[in-house]
Amino acid sequence: MKWSRKDLLGIRELSKEEILLILDSADSFKDISRREVKKVPTLRGKTVITLFYEPSTRTRTSFEIAAKRLSADTINISASTSSHVKGETLKDTARNLESMRPDVIVIRHNMPGAPHMLSRIVDSSVINAGDGAHEHPTQALLDLFTMREKKDRIDGLNITIVGDIAHSRVARSNIFALRHFNTRITCSGPPTMIPPDMESLGVHVEYDMNRAVKDADVIMMLRIQKERGGISYIPSVKEYSTIYGLKAEHLKKAKKDVIIMHPGPMNRGVEITDEVADGPYSVILDQVENGVAVRMAILYLLTGREA
Amino acid sequence: MGEKTVSLLDKKAVDRTITRITHEILEKNKGYKDLCLIGIRTRGIYLAKRINDKIKAVEEIELPLGILDITMYRDDIFKLKLPEVKKTDIPFDLNNMTIILIDDVMHTGRTTRAAIDAIMDLGRPRKIQLAVLVDRGDRELPMHPDYAGIFYNGSPEEEVLVRLREIDGKDEVIVVRT
Repeated sequence: MKWSRKDLLGIRELSKEEILLILDSADSFKDISRREVKKVPTLRGKTVITLFYEPSTRTRTSFEIAAKRLSADTINISASTSSHVKGETLKDTARNLESMRPDVIVIRHNMPGAPHMLSRIVDSSVINAGDGAHEHPTQALLDLFTMREKKDRIDGLNITIVGDIAHSRVARSNIFALRHFNTRITCSGPPTMIPPDMESLGVHVEYDMNRAVKDADVIMMLRIQKERGGISYIPSVKEYSTIYGLKAEHLKKAKKDVIIMHPGPMNRGVEITDEVADGPYSVILDQVENGVAVRMAILYLLTGREA
Repeated sequence: MGEKTVSLLDKKAVDRTITRITHEILEKNKGYKDLCLIGIRTRGIYLAKRINDKIKAVEEIELPLGILDITMYRDDIFKLKLPEVKKTDIPFDLNNMTIILIDDVMHTGRTTRAAIDAIMDLGRPRKIQLAVLVDRGDRELPMHPDYAGIFYNGSPEEEVLVRLREIDGKDEVIVVRT
């Protein structure tokens, strides 16, 4: 299997073979982070810029650590401290950054399609670290990696995604990735947060939380996307939490070795209780650890792609 | 395109050569104290296992055995077809050990350089020695094997292929001229 893509813009366009190549490579890169010397010289002399127009702790740090563990140089730019506040357009920012010859630009933007536009105007590889409610490919890949690691397979899993599906790029990217495998995907949440025609993606919709988690191997909880107006789709946070917050009693209905995932940031007491988030079924921090490995694999494949 | 094949070692000769290397390792190190074996992917792994089997037959002990993938340390990683990264698996502490690094063919010395760098990031061994089945000469770096099965200094158009039954179905060393 060879890798020839310049950019990682979304999961939708990836083949199953490409997804598996990323996961298999990540398996090898994961070991680096567990060593005393957490660094290999693979990307020595390469430059990675992270350009974030939306807040982030996990994703930005994860990319930076991944790049540094591969010996690449990293530069971080946040919109709030960049010329964006002086009125510079994304196009101009991109052209200026390109002039400094980075090898990879990692971008997060509130506008869907921003990474795609960027990829057309720069020669550097572009990685989408989240574009609006569109896609978040590296999150989906680290989620699949975690599922495969914990369950030894992806095929045959029952996966339940609960929350603000309509505004979630994590849900979208996960659905695009998981439909390559023989999985049963169920989405749950208030009807106002579930887009119409989900069945066309091969996804089941179950508004009743108790039925949605029944026999689940994986339960993925999402937060309400307040920055995308999510709060206006529900009568109250309290009601949402009562009906769709994941509580210990739900886990009894799932498979007995169910794993609980959350892409973060968590709103404790809203979509997930402390008891579940910190409980034995939670793999939320494993997801964070695996994120570094998956991003190392992606940086490696993109910079070493075949022309 | 014509392709000519010459045999350097047959099945029996491969086995005898590995036997000799095993005895040289034990002789040079005055036994097996603090010795460990690390095979470089892919065929170095099988050679390391066979050397370990032979050590077991002579000394009735199995040495710690590790697998090294050097992909992340290669100096030509972006010049060739992008190699797949595979796992390194060294399930023991290599600090203060004498490592016998094992590869099938030594040529430019670049793999050896990468392997030594990879090992140094994992700990501080007391010594590293290199054992190879075939030494092709034509070094590009100042590296030398401590144990070499055979020396074959062919022309650059020639390729030396080590085949081992574990993955190739049979044991032999051949030269292919293209």
